[in-house]
Amino acid sequence: MTRLPILKLTLASLAFGAVQSVVLLQFDWFGGAAASAAGPIDLLLDVTIVVSSFIFAICCVALGYALIKWRVKPGDESDGLPIHGNTRLEVIWTVIPVIIVVALAGYSWAVLDDIESKDADRITVNVYSQQFAWTFGYPESGNKWSEGELHVPVDRQIDFKLHAQDVIHSFWVPEWRIKKDNVPGITTDALVTPDKVGTYQLICTELCGAGHATMRAKVVVEPQADYDKWVAGLEQEVPGGLLLTADQALEIEQQLQEKEGGIEGSGVDET
Amino acid sequence: MAMAIRQPGWYRGAIGFVLGAAFGFGLVIALRAISGLDLFQTEQTGYPHVIVPLITAPFGFLFGFGAFDYWFRWAAGKPTIPDDHSGHGAFRWQDYFKFNTDHKVIGIQYVVTTMFFFLIGGLLALLIRAELAQPGEQIVAANTYNGLFSTHAVVMIFLFIIPIFAGLANYVLPLMIGAPDMAFPRLNALSFWLLPIAGIIFLASFLAPGGSFDAGWTGYAPLSTGAPLGQSFFNIGVQFAGASSIATALNFLVTIITMRAPGMNPWRMPLLVWANLSTSLLVVGATPFVAGAQFMVFFDRALGMNFFQFLEGGDVISYQHIFWFYSHPAVYIMMLPGFGIISEIISTHARKPVFGYRLMALALIGIVVLSYSVWAHHMFVAGMFSWLRVPMMITTMLIAVPTGIKIFSWLGTLFYGKIHLYSTAMLFSLAFLVTFVVGGISGVMLGMVPLDIHVSDTYFIVAHLHFVLFGGSVFTIFAGIYHWFPKMTGRMYDERLGRIHFWGTLVGTWFTFLPMHWIGMDGMPRRVADYASVYGDWNLLISVSAFILGAVQLVFLYNMIVSWRFGPKAGDNPWRAHSIEWQVSSPPPVFNFDEIPRVVGGPYEYGTPGARHAIMGGEIVPEEVPEPEPTTVTSPS
Repeated sequence: MTRLPILKLTLASLAFGAVQSVVLLQFDWFGGAAASAAGPIDLLLDVTIVVSSFIFAICCVALGYALIKWRVKPGDESDGLPIHGNTRLEVIWTVIPVIIVVALAGYSWAVLDDIESKDADRITVNVYSQQFAWTFGYPESGNKWSEGELHVPVDRQIDFKLHAQDVIHSFWVPEWRIKKDNVPGITTDALVTPDKVGTYQLICTELCGAGHATMRAKVVVEPQADYDKWVAGLEQEVPGGLLLTADQALEIEQQLQEKEGGIEGSGVDET
Repeated sequence: MAMAIRQPGWYRGAIGFVLGAAFGFGLVIALRAISGLDLFQTEQTGYPHVIVPLITAPFGFLFGFGAFDYWFRWAAGKPTIPDDHSGHGAFRWQDYFKFNTDHKVIGIQYVVTTMFFFLIGGLLALLIRAELAQPGEQIVAANTYNGLFSTHAVVMIFLFIIPIFAGLANYVLPLMIGAPDMAFPRLNALSFWLLPIAGIIFLASFLAPGGSFDAGWTGYAPLSTGAPLGQSFFNIGVQFAGASSIATALNFLVTIITMRAPGMNPWRMPLLVWANLSTSLLVVGATPFVAGAQFMVFFDRALGMNFFQFLEGGDVISYQHIFWFYSHPAVYIMMLPGFGIISEIISTHARKPVFGYRLMALALIGIVVLSYSVWAHHMFVAGMFSWLRVPMMITTMLIAVPTGIKIFSWLGTLFYGKIHLYSTAMLFSLAFLVTFVVGGISGVMLGMVPLDIHVSDTYFIVAHLHFVLFGGSVFTIFAGIYHWFPKMTGRMYDERLGRIHFWGTLVGTWFTFLPMHWIGMDGMPRRVADYASVYGDWNLLISVSAFILGAVQLVFLYNMIVSWRFGPKAGDNPWRAHSIEWQVSSPPPVFNFDEIPRVVGGPYEYGTPGARHAIMGGEIVPEEVPEPEPTTVTSPS
């Protein structure tokens, strides 16, 4: 049994992995960044890309080396060496991956805690979704209401309260890196601290019907003064019924049933 | 003619179908008339006069076709048709269209049927890619588009990947363990015939008012509970596909546990057998949950129940918990049998024992156990209780460990081997290693909550799942079909066409699915018929690659059909493999073995002179069969 050129194979894997990492790190994979969560998340992505590059490199180098070295010559009908395993090697490639994934999981957990930590001076904004439109309520500014356009102040943590009227929708501004489903019947929340003034797009990312692809809204991040002025200029308040409590919902349903006369609308007395 | 109608078969099946449909229809109309309701209820979630026959007609067909004849006669105390295995074997092509209880016939029925649905699913994919080639609306309206990708996914998952593995194992596994057939041949045949029924129901949904089901294959409530009639077709079709899957899994479990040839202890089972044992454990435990989830949606729709009606106290998110409790294990149901296939092929074509055989088997069991504890990683942004995210992130990422063990062990198998690359099966196996690693790595990334929050429900997910299911499962399926084609048909396929198919598929897969990672991370959501125009060029590249990938599959079809009919004779053991299925003729005799073989060693003893896996019946046993010493080297150097 010939000795494996372990050093050469290791160097080849390192070189392959390093080149791949350097190339892959040249790109802004997650696109532009405009919220405080983007920094730690993008760094986590970069670390993951580097680790993955080396793992992919090891597999490719091992496969390539084996194919060059042990591909049979035509007519060779003999068998390979009867090696059934190697306990030390098997322990190594069980334990090292455990260490890698546990480390990555721990790091992810730390990032998660970081991006979900709450600021004391955060403001609340309600996000209402329905097929296929977004509307927004500003409870701390007289419960004012805007349709299809969300304004938020820069450098201030926003606690978005997400609501859905009909089916599940999902709240995503790619530059903010934060996404959360709007679920009918419950209120979910998403914490974002926008840190760059500009105009962005809010995208629905949960399939919600025929208009899903076009269910978008404009997002404007602006200095606090501009924001205050804009909210003060809003005329309408959030209409009743947008934020349903369970009791209100039941009431509406009962009215609906009375009007239509039973679930099937066929006039059967339900009692 | 009268005789033909009384015999089980297509005539009686057609009559049963009509009677079943009439019974269901009549029952609904009669009950509604008695209750004083309108005879026809045509709210989009209702249509009882359509959905009840949708359940009764297939049973009518199965009764007529003969699926239950033996059991009914036996239960009624009537003389059963003597069980002389008269339904065994296929001698003409028409025999494949009968209720046949021979596992080899059923295996081929499965593979051919599922390949048909692979083509249908592929055509749906090409329609999707045609629509997405440019931003804006090209060929279909948005709700039709939603129907296309939903049906594409359902056909590929429930009628191609899951059942074709059952089909390949149906053919190969009893031979591999030295069994004359599966444990329950009649149940086996019933399992197969449930499958085309499910497929027809799924495809028939295109004819329903409102179009086919369009809430995605995930069918999240409440979008699904309020969707048009087509959704009910999905709810019912899944029951037939699921029942088929569960019955087959039970059959495999009993077969593997009780029908192994003497001497085949668990550590002498080929890894394909281990893989199907693991898969069956997943199917039996998890599939009832998808059946339950779809029943609950169906009851919400048809009977006005409130499982997921949030206005009446239903819980929307609980649907996702139940659904993913099946559908994450389902990912492994779609991958573990492929792992088994790869182990067989790499070992055979590298002429070496599988490296670390026992750890390979234990890794499969490890995946089974872990896969029940990771479902909520599909729900990191779903608004579920947030404490569940970190534990499920850790279990999810830990699955990379047993999967990594398998990848490294396959690579280890190649080292110091004698690697033959002439077989298309081996090419697909090696390409699987690289492609699947990419899918595995993106899977670990998706397990990491902060990264998942950003890429969830984007094209990154589409890229990941296709790298895993196409670069993973489909590559192993092709590998398996090429590998056992000579055994199944007795003829050899054309390796030159095989290589064209291989290279076209490999390049097509990478060019189709790799760019999806980039546009997804950059901000393109999934399940959209229209998208921002900045992604236009990438999508055009993806669409062109997808059409090439689709076209190359025609080479495969041509190769299979023509070789089956005209290919050169293959011989019994063209790959010089050790496992039992290669020690019988190609195709194997109707009853597999004249005498049950005796297993005397491991399945992969390549390189040990004189080592045998099994001694076949009728063979003159040599004085001394050397039991190979399990050689374990202490260092690779």
